Amino acid sequence: MALGLLWAPEDADQGPSQRIFYLHVPVALTAYALFGWGAWKALRLLWTGREPYDLESYTAVHVGVIFGLLTLVTGSIWARASWGTWWEWSDRQLVLFLILFLFYSAYFMLRYSLDPGPARARISAVYALMGVVLVPVSFLAVRLAENFVHPGPIVTRTDPQLPGEMLLAFVVCLAGAAALAATLYLNELAGKRLDARLRELREALG
Amino acid sequence: MSYVGDVAALARKDLLLELRGRETVPAMVVFAVGALVVFRFALPGEQSEAAKGLLWVAILFTALLALTRAFAAERDQGLLDALVLAPCDRSAIWLAKAVATIAFLVLVEVFALAAFWLFFGGLGVAALAAVALADVGLCAAGVLLAAMAVGGRARELLLPVLFLPVALPVLVGGVGATVTDDPARYLGFLALYDAVFAILAWAGFEYVVTE
Amino acid sequence: MIRARALSKRFGTRVALAGLDLDVPRGGFLLVTGRNGSGKTTLLRLLAGLAAPTGGALEVATERARVGFLAHEPLLYRQLTAVENLDLYARLYRVAERRERIGMLLERFDLWDARHDPVGTFSRGMLQRLALCRTLLHEPELLLLDEPFNALDVEGATLLDRELEAARGERTLVVATHDPDRLAVPATARLRLA
Repeated sequence: MALGLLWAPEDADQGPSQRIFYLHVPVALTAYALFGWGAWKALRLLWTGREPYDLESYTAVHVGVIFGLLTLVTGSIWARASWGTWWEWSDRQLVLFLILFLFYSAYFMLRYSLDPGPARARISAVYALMGVVLVPVSFLAVRLAENFVHPGPIVTRTDPQLPGEMLLAFVVCLAGAAALAATLYLNELAGKRLDARLRELREALG
Repeated sequence: MSYVGDVAALARKDLLLELRGRETVPAMVVFAVGALVVFRFALPGEQSEAAKGLLWVAILFTALLALTRAFAAERDQGLLDALVLAPCDRSAIWLAKAVATIAFLVLVEVFALAAFWLFFGGLGVAALAAVALADVGLCAAGVLLAAMAVGGRARELLLPVLFLPVALPVLVGGVGATVTDDPARYLGFLALYDAVFAILAWAGFEYVVTE
Repeated sequence: MIRARALSKRFGTRVALAGLDLDVPRGGFLLVTGRNGSGKTTLLRLLAGLAAPTGGALEVATERARVGFLAHEPLLYRQLTAVENLDLYARLYRVAERRERIGMLLERFDLWDARHDPVGTFSRGMLQRLALCRTLLHEPELLLLDEPFNALDVEGATLLDRELEAARGERTLVVATHDPDRLAVPATARLRLA
């Protein structure tokens, strides 16, 4: 990741601000992947009724929200660098992530307000599946909204053409983000499993 | 046929409950009209365009009010258990609740839209079509969320938090159909939303109410 | 009819049922006793299919439409009348000749005169009797009764005893109570939860 940041050639138009692109986009893509993974595990849970999928789905969403937050932060920095404002409503990706961030924050509130058990696992799973449906629907909504909430010319960010070195740097960054996500996911999962085991042991003893 | 019969029996029960108690609809009407009055004072300058946008905020929150009450009778008396025990398909419970909630919402909107016309001016046919489509989508997704929230602690707080991000696309579609010159796209989008979330809720509801 | 092996149910860290083995043949009458909080209600909810076990295996050889469950709550809409409540359930359970069946049950449980009153105005004993009507409405094959004598006066208890007597052998019965002495009908098996 750091390599990508330092090594990436500077874009002629945007200068150093361009570098944040190598962080922002891979992190965003990884967040989508994590939400998708969480929904897949949720589907498996509903399909098979096997409890471990609940923890896996929860962990994927958990890490996904961390990446979502990173996307918002990097996106905001990029907006500052490109247009001089910390928040840019015309940036679709950023607005979409704000909506998703709200949606998945509610996921945690839902989970914490329910008692642990199969009912919570199934409700969380249905909610996580709702998330992957909401992504394209919200994306469409954000695009459609530009016609009336943004009168005047729409600022579009020209996604950089990625020849040669830039593409390589981008791929390296994407791989880095994915690897980081996978590590976090596995770590969290192991931690949460350990927690659950400890609780069971404590019960068995007491 | 028996599926339709189940839905009819369950929806009829909800309408009967509202008829007896008159707990929800009158409150919704007063709230919706009250919100419009509030907008009159919240909008500086030229009002009619911005008011059209805020009309949708009123619709969203009025729907939220109905959804908060949607499972009130079941929740207070543990009756969701009784419905889950019944041999009907669980999705029929969702469909009946959605139908009843849509009925309440439409009834309230008759008053709210009349008040809007009186205060801010008329609305086009496209806007009315958008309201109808939005009601379907809001209730389809909202009843599923309400069923999720009903077993939780602090459920009165939980439902709005769950509802707003999911309802946001409806707001976009509704406002678009009301204020732009090309409402067809937005109506199409609302119809798409309705279809997608109706299918999701229809298939997912069973998992939300059973263990 | 019912077969459970090492059945257990946890709620978070609280263990409600642990390692329960159970066999109830068709037409059997199982009496479940134990203090409050010993897991009687949990067991009945598991049998009714309202809760999923966290461990072990459970088989109940009947379908949802043939189970009658009398819960702690009467499971009746307070704002609706007795007839409206029973009518809703009769429709959902596809009871043939609804009106006749409802009328017969209301008479049998001495609720006929109150049939058009909102259930919210009923006394506790009347509620319990109406809840029994709801439970028996679709002539279930498996009857699960959780504290059926709750709030019943002497008359009501006699009515219930008569129903249990009639159901014995015909239907499979599981009755949970903390006070087994009130039961006049002998059970074929007993389960004591600690």
